[in-house]
Amino acid sequence: MSVLVGKDTKLIVQGMTGKTGAFHTTQALEYGTKVVAGVTPGKRGSAVEGLESIPVFDTCEQAVRETGGNATVIYVPPPFAADAIMEAASAGIKVIVTITEGIPVRDMVKAKMFLDSEYPDVVMIGPNCPGIITPDECKIGIMPGYIHKPGKVGVVSRSGTLTYEVVHQLTELGLGQSTAIGIGGDPVKGLDFVEAVKLLAEDPDTESIFLIGEIGGSSEEEAAAYIRKHVKKPVAAFIAGQTAPPGKRMGHAGAIIAGGKGAAADKISALKGAGIAVAPSPADMGKTLQSIL
Amino acid sequence: MKIHEYQAKNLFRRYGVPVPVGRAATSPDEALAAISEVKEESGSDVVVVKAQIHAGGRGKGGGVRVCKTTEDAQQAVKDIYGMQLVTPQTGPEGQKVQRLLVEQGLPIAHEYYVGVTLDRSSGRVTVMASAEGGVEIEEVAERSPEAIVKETINPAVGWQDYQGRRLGFALGLDGKQVRELCKFLAALTRCYEELDASLAEINPLVTTTDGRVLALDAKVNFDDNALYRQREVSDLRDISEEDPSEVEAKKYDLSYIKLDGNIGCMVNGAGLAMSTMDIIKHHGGEPANFLDVGGGASAEKVTAAFKIITSDPSVRAIFVNIFGGIMKCDTIAEGVVAAVKEVGLTVPLVVRLEGTNVELGKNILRESGLNVIAAADMADGAKRAVEQVT
Repeated sequence: MSVLVGKDTKLIVQGMTGKTGAFHTTQALEYGTKVVAGVTPGKRGSAVEGLESIPVFDTCEQAVRETGGNATVIYVPPPFAADAIMEAASAGIKVIVTITEGIPVRDMVKAKMFLDSEYPDVVMIGPNCPGIITPDECKIGIMPGYIHKPGKVGVVSRSGTLTYEVVHQLTELGLGQSTAIGIGGDPVKGLDFVEAVKLLAEDPDTESIFLIGEIGGSSEEEAAAYIRKHVKKPVAAFIAGQTAPPGKRMGHAGAIIAGGKGAAADKISALKGAGIAVAPSPADMGKTLQSIL
Repeated sequence: MKIHEYQAKNLFRRYGVPVPVGRAATSPDEALAAISEVKEESGSDVVVVKAQIHAGGRGKGGGVRVCKTTEDAQQAVKDIYGMQLVTPQTGPEGQKVQRLLVEQGLPIAHEYYVGVTLDRSSGRVTVMASAEGGVEIEEVAERSPEAIVKETINPAVGWQDYQGRRLGFALGLDGKQVRELCKFLAALTRCYEELDASLAEINPLVTTTDGRVLALDAKVNFDDNALYRQREVSDLRDISEEDPSEVEAKKYDLSYIKLDGNIGCMVNGAGLAMSTMDIIKHHGGEPANFLDVGGGASAEKVTAAFKIITSDPSVRAIFVNIFGGIMKCDTIAEGVVAAVKEVGLTVPLVVRLEGTNVELGKNILRESGLNVIAAADMADGAKRAVEQVT
């Protein structure tokens, strides 16, 4: 079992006819994800090379009605991505995964408010994230599938490649994953650590949790407070950016120490204070979790 | 993206945010002419000469001078223009002053702080204010958080005047001043919203003895992701204020930040790039930079990244740390080989490859005949890179 996505997920791809969308849809199909539809406005009925079996629709609403799709992944360019999120929610899709990087903050502020007020039961993952994977069942996003292995560790992370790093370490140690969720590196996002940790904590088949945070914002501190109160499962963590200088945006739009807030040291001490094992180095992430199991 | 104070104030004027009478100058002659223009237009005998650099703390470094006479002002222009201004934010080498702002002096009654920025926890824009103007807001937040009052903007309806009144009365303003503040904040929040700003800080905002409310200083940053639809704002970029190698990296859509160490890093992904810096430090080294080549980089982009790293004279070893996902290891290897052929390699190169097409990538490096130190994993790579510089 798993959280949010699994065998029963029927995936719609918004932006499937673009280069990135087509490439990752091919990868998802090879991994075994049930991809049921593509959506690109004005392209209804067209076929994508190598993906001829997947029908393309003009709107999410058509795609849901005709294929029963129940999750969507968004690869549309940044200027149109927030609109695509709201379209998906209004079509009744409950799990929305936004891969697109570079969406203006103002657009996300509006999309977030729209989701919170009109569609509070929708789970939106991202934007600017690698996606979500339940090993051997469903891969939604851009992560390399083969490093994963089914198992009992839930992974939640603000980073992409650093998630691959921890998954790889876990797999090498024989620790498979229930579900790995990349929540993304933007300052305004959908699913945050607290909600992701809650889902993993309540999942009967997740026995432990690995959390990867980074500098900027305070969601790691919020997660630490939640875990201290509510989570009985073993939790390990790593925070990236311990040596990052303040005031500089470290690649991710949200990875910045600003106004005296968001430094790695504060996050690490909050996590440790909640009884979480914090890996001293990114090379020891897998081992740190293993040591507390 | 950052802009200068005078540029921010020009934007403010357009939106109706009250600012002092002022003239920007890009040469001493222009600045000298501005002194009499400002005096004439404002009717004020006092002028303020302000250095225009992106870094804050200009007053502390001697970059701001209040001048009671024309002679004083002329002297200030001569002293400040062209100086290497050192502030707590510039680093010890300072920043050369190439632009000045000459402004009217004001009869200040009180100084306040007003800042508009995103509150990440709520995902909404928030206006913060405090009666302690001229002090860094972080300092106030640390010392007396209750002295900061906040109002969050509901994106469905935008900023409302009742919020301006709440802030104004909480700051202890009188009724007339509160009315002025309401106009000020309505204009400021509209400017922030319409121009896709990420920060608008007025420190200080002042009330004058004749009942006005004005922005004495102005710091505005913009959301880089929205610049594609803010052509006019993009044109305000002053690349002479930015690190040249960071400017070069931006051309190739690379995320690069210069640091003080001597181990150059090339990594894919922001989180992995940050933790590569961390692991170098963990093993006793100092990273020379943060560099994220991104998810779907081409061999050309990798070559450009490599050149930027090798052009930094303080780099004494290079650590390439790649976990291929979409980014394939053979692409990285091709880019590195091409770069070395073009620019040569005078420092040790440690490469750790993992993920998609890892064997292909390793083969390319082996067959290239380059003197590459192959690392087994991230920790091994960091240790070997540190060994090369100690």
